[in-house]
Amino acid sequence: MFSIDTWWEIFKAIQKNKLRTFLTGFTVALGIFIYVSLYGMGNGLNNTFMKFFGDDATNIFRIYPSETTLPYGGFKAKRQIEFKNDDLEQITNQFAPLIDYVTPQIQRSAFVTFKEKSDNYTTRAVGPGMQFAEKTIMMKGRYLNATDIRERTKYAVIGRMVEKDLFQGRESLGAYIDIGGSAFKVIGVFQDDGGDNEERYIFIPFTTRQLIEGNNDKIDQITLAFNEAIGYSGSMKFQRDLDTFLRKNKVVSPEDPRGIRIENVADNLKRNQQFANVLKMIISGIAFAVIISGILGISNIMVFVVKERTKEIGIRKAMGATPKIITGTILLESIFITTIFGFIGMVLGIVTLNAIAGKVLEDDYFITNPSINAGTAIFVTILLILCGAVAAYLPAKRAAKIKPIVALRDE
Amino acid sequence: MIEIKNLHKSYKMGKNSLHVLKGINFSVEEGELVAIMGSSGSGKSTLLNILGMLDELDEGSYTLDGVPIKNLNETKAAQYRNKFLGFIFQSFNLINYKSALENVALPLYYQKVGRKERQEKALKYLEQVGLKQWATHLPSELSGGQKQRVAIARAMAAEPKVLLADEPTGALDSTTSYEVMDLIQKINDQGNTILVVTHEEDIAHMCKRIVHLKDGVIVEDKKVEQVRASQYV
Repeated sequence: MFSIDTWWEIFKAIQKNKLRTFLTGFTVALGIFIYVSLYGMGNGLNNTFMKFFGDDATNIFRIYPSETTLPYGGFKAKRQIEFKNDDLEQITNQFAPLIDYVTPQIQRSAFVTFKEKSDNYTTRAVGPGMQFAEKTIMMKGRYLNATDIRERTKYAVIGRMVEKDLFQGRESLGAYIDIGGSAFKVIGVFQDDGGDNEERYIFIPFTTRQLIEGNNDKIDQITLAFNEAIGYSGSMKFQRDLDTFLRKNKVVSPEDPRGIRIENVADNLKRNQQFANVLKMIISGIAFAVIISGILGISNIMVFVVKERTKEIGIRKAMGATPKIITGTILLESIFITTIFGFIGMVLGIVTLNAIAGKVLEDDYFITNPSINAGTAIFVTILLILCGAVAAYLPAKRAAKIKPIVALRDE
Repeated sequence: MIEIKNLHKSYKMGKNSLHVLKGINFSVEEGELVAIMGSSGSGKSTLLNILGMLDELDEGSYTLDGVPIKNLNETKAAQYRNKFLGFIFQSFNLINYKSALENVALPLYYQKVGRKERQEKALKYLEQVGLKQWATHLPSELSGGQKQRVAIARAMAAEPKVLLADEPTGALDSTTSYEVMDLIQKINDQGNTILVVTHEEDIAHMCKRIVHLKDGVIVEDKKVEQVRASQYV
C-alpha cells in the first residue's frame, strides 16, 4: 500500500484524468468547505453567548423590586416595592448555608470631575461581594471592603476607561475626584473582560450613597451569590424558596407577575447554551447532508471511472494484477483525491472564517470569532479518509470482479 | 509444457447451451511454435482463453509446466498468468497513457520487481524488438506494427513459460505482419514456446506445427516445414 510504485501508478492515473479528478475533488472540497464554515459559524454564535455571560459569575441571582399589579394583604395594586438594608440581613439569616455573599446595588448617573476634565459616568454603590459577581479584576489599589461599608468612607474604585479619560496617564491612586458634588478618594482601578463599557463604571460603598441621599436605607437591587455546591437544580429550588420568602416579607401576592423578580444567571446561561447547541446540531446536520451528497458524487464518478477503465483493468489482470491490487489501487486513489481536496476545502473554510471574523459579523450577526478547534479538524480529516473509502468501496469491488476475458473482448 | 486431456467447454445462452469445445486432446513441448487454425466459431479463441486462464474449463484436465490448472480463484489465476504466460492480442491492448517502456514494465511491476531493475529489463526487451529509441513514446505515437512489437516486448518481459498470441497480425498489413512474425520466429529460435491463433494460411505456415480446429474438435495436427518470414521483410 505504501510502496512508491503504487503511488506512481495512482499519480499517473490522476494525471491522465485531470478533469475527472478535478470534478471529483471539487465536490469534496465544496462539501468540506461548507461543513467547516457552517460549523465555525455555529461556534461563533456559541462564543457570543459565552461572551454575554462569561464575564460575570454564573452562580448569581439578581433580585429586582417593582410595582405590584395585584391588590394583596390589604394593600392596593400599583404599590412600589422597595428593598432596605434590613432585607439584606433577613435574607442572610434565613438562607445562610446556601449563600456565598450578598451585595446590594444602587445605581446613579453622576457628573464626575478631576481637575479640568469631567464627564458623565454611572456610579454603582455596592458591597464588597460585587467584585466577585462582576468578576472585576483589580489593576492597582484595592476594592471596597467591609470597613468601607461600616465607616461609610468616601472611597471610589474606578474603571480603566475612567482613569484613561479623566487622568490621561497621570497617577490616579490617592487622588480625589468630584462625584456629583462630593469628593471621593480613588483607592483602586479595575478592568473587566466585558469590554470598554464595563470599564466606565465607578464603584462606591452603598452606605456612603445612602448617607449622601439623606441618610436613608433604600436599596435598588440585590445581587446574591449562592453556594455553587448546591448545583443547578439546587439553585432552582433556592430561587423558588427565596421568591416565596421575599413575597411573604414584602406582602406581595404569590400570583403577582411583578412586584419581585429574581433573575437566575445560571438558568439564563443554560437556556442560551441549549439554544446554541440545538442550532449547532442543525448546522451539523445540514453540513453532514452536504458531505453525504459529496460522497454520492464521488461514488458516481468512481463507478464511471471503473467503467471507463474496464479495458485497462482487464489488461492489468491479464498481466498478473490480483483483485486485491486492483481494489487497493482504486480505494487508495479515491482516498487520496478526497483527502487532498478535502484539505483544500478545510483550509479554504478556515481562511474564510478568519476573513469574515470581525466587528461587523459580531455586532450584526452575533457571531464572535468563528473557528473550528483542533478536535474538529482531526474529526474532519478522519471523516474525509472514511468518505474516500466508502465512496470507492463498491466501484472498487466491481472493478475487482471484472473478468479479463470480457474486458479484452474486441468490439 | 502444455498437456490438455479431454477438454470440454460450453456456454450457456439463456436456455440453450452452446457446446464449443468437444473433447480436445493436445500437448505442446517446450520450444514449439504452434499455429492454431480454424474458421470463426471453431473454438480456437475459446481454447486460447482457457490456455491463458482467462476462462475456465468445464471438463477435462489442463497441466501447464507440470502444474495442474483447476479451480483457480481470481488471485491464484492472476499469479499464474503473471508467472507462466505472456499475452499478445490482436488489438495490442497497450495502456494508452503509459509510455512504451512503462507498458513493457507492467508485468514486472506485478511481479514486484524493483523499479530500477524493472526499467532496465523493460529497456532490454524493447531493444530486442528494435524500439529502444521509442521507449518514452506513448502508444498513440506509434504505428500499428510498433505497437504490436511493444506488446510482444511486454509479453516477453515477465519471462513466461509460454507466449499466447491471439491473431497477432490480424490488425496489420501484410508487410508489417511479416515483420511481426519474423520477430516471433526469432523469439522462438531462442527456445521460447509460442502458440499463435490465426486464420491466415501464410502466417500459420511460418510456424512449425499447425493444429486445425473445426466445430470444437481437432481435425488435423501436423508438423510443417517452417517458412521464414525474414525473406519477405
